[in-house]
Amino acid sequence: MDAQTIIAKRIAQELHSGMLVNLGIGIPTLVANYVPAGTSVFFQSENGLIGTGPVPEEGMVQRRLTDAGGRPVSALPGACAFDSAMSFGLIRGGHLDMTVLGGLQVDEGGHLANWMIPGKMVPGMGGAMDLVCGAKRVVVAMQHTAKGKPKILRKCNLPLTSVRPVDFVVTELAVIAFPGGRATLIETAPGVSTEQVLAATEAKLVVPERVPQMHI
Amino acid sequence: MQPINLENAVAMIPDGASLMIGGFMGVGTPERLMDELVRQGKRRLTVIANDNAMPGIGIGKLVAAGLVGKTIASHVGLNPQTQRKMIDGSMQVELVPQGTLIERIRAAGYGLGGILTPTGVGTLVEEGKRKIEVDGREYLLETPLRADFALVQAFLCDYLGNLVYALTARNFNPVIAMAATTVIVEAEHIVPVGVIPPDHVVTPAPIVDYVISHG
Repeated sequence: MDAQTIIAKRIAQELHSGMLVNLGIGIPTLVANYVPAGTSVFFQSENGLIGTGPVPEEGMVQRRLTDAGGRPVSALPGACAFDSAMSFGLIRGGHLDMTVLGGLQVDEGGHLANWMIPGKMVPGMGGAMDLVCGAKRVVVAMQHTAKGKPKILRKCNLPLTSVRPVDFVVTELAVIAFPGGRATLIETAPGVSTEQVLAATEAKLVVPERVPQMHI
Repeated sequence: MQPINLENAVAMIPDGASLMIGGFMGVGTPERLMDELVRQGKRRLTVIANDNAMPGIGIGKLVAAGLVGKTIASHVGLNPQTQRKMIDGSMQVELVPQGTLIERIRAAGYGLGGILTPTGVGTLVEEGKRKIEVDGREYLLETPLRADFALVQAFLCDYLGNLVYALTARNFNPVIAMAATTVIVEAEHIVPVGVIPPDHVVTPAPIVDYVISHG
């Protein structure tokens, strides 16, 4: 199983029927492919839709129906469309049960940096700051390292997305949560040892006596 | 509401004007208005919109033609031309969180003196802004944002100017329609009065100043 599949499958286990969920671009988008059988989730697309469905068949694209990246999607039965003020009211107003975002860095206290690399990449924050600020649960989906360097650091050196800590981070190696503001190893991926996770992590991790393996 | 042809509508827009333009990655952007702005070669425009789309699409056409002096947007990452112009200084880019941008526009259109949002507290976004505590939580005071023109794309427009939008092409359109001095609408379909039931109207006719006629 490749890194992205491990991450997406593990996060999909957090989905329950009736939840309103926003998936970011990249690895987070893949989470929708692994919704547990019998579970019905409302996916929000911040460009103005609840009930986002899969990419339509060839020749069936509706050009006024896209995801937040501008790619064609479909709408499931029961979908609804709204303007951007309503969309961010849902996000900021505490109506969104979970958001899954990509990350550049996460620090020991659970702070996320994912919107710019000064002098190199300044795409803009889009909806990320509102999502981290307002969602009931914030999940980061990212690879554990970038070019061999840890992304889970003692302190982020990139500009933060929010001062609100995320709830947990899922990588191809581990699940890390932040109870009491301390980075804690919750699960390891199949075949990955605690030592391997620690070696790939700069942040000081709290390691409980028993660390279960991800069931994926 | 007054019907107007495309050329005359765009001729009303002077160089240096501020424009709010509907659309999200080009979906819901009035493309005929974009093409005519390029044809008439406007200069030093300030473009307030969610994003700058991509080269060749929507606002991306204005950027490529060098019409934009400044943009206020939440995301410009899919337009490498905007990124390049931002770095070489030929275009000013002000980045605003998406939920804050739409609320600043809404505040202007709804007659509010600003909004208080928790988004951006403790980040680069708070620089130079007033922080206000309400019931123990900190918020940023974000000021209203208005423009000279709103360029709106609608799905249906009736003879009076009542508007309906379609799916994710709605996005910023109904909100910007409230926040500009002059509102110009490009509709996919112009329909008789009565085709749009009162409960389905999203933007009421008195808000709309001009509708681009077909042909």
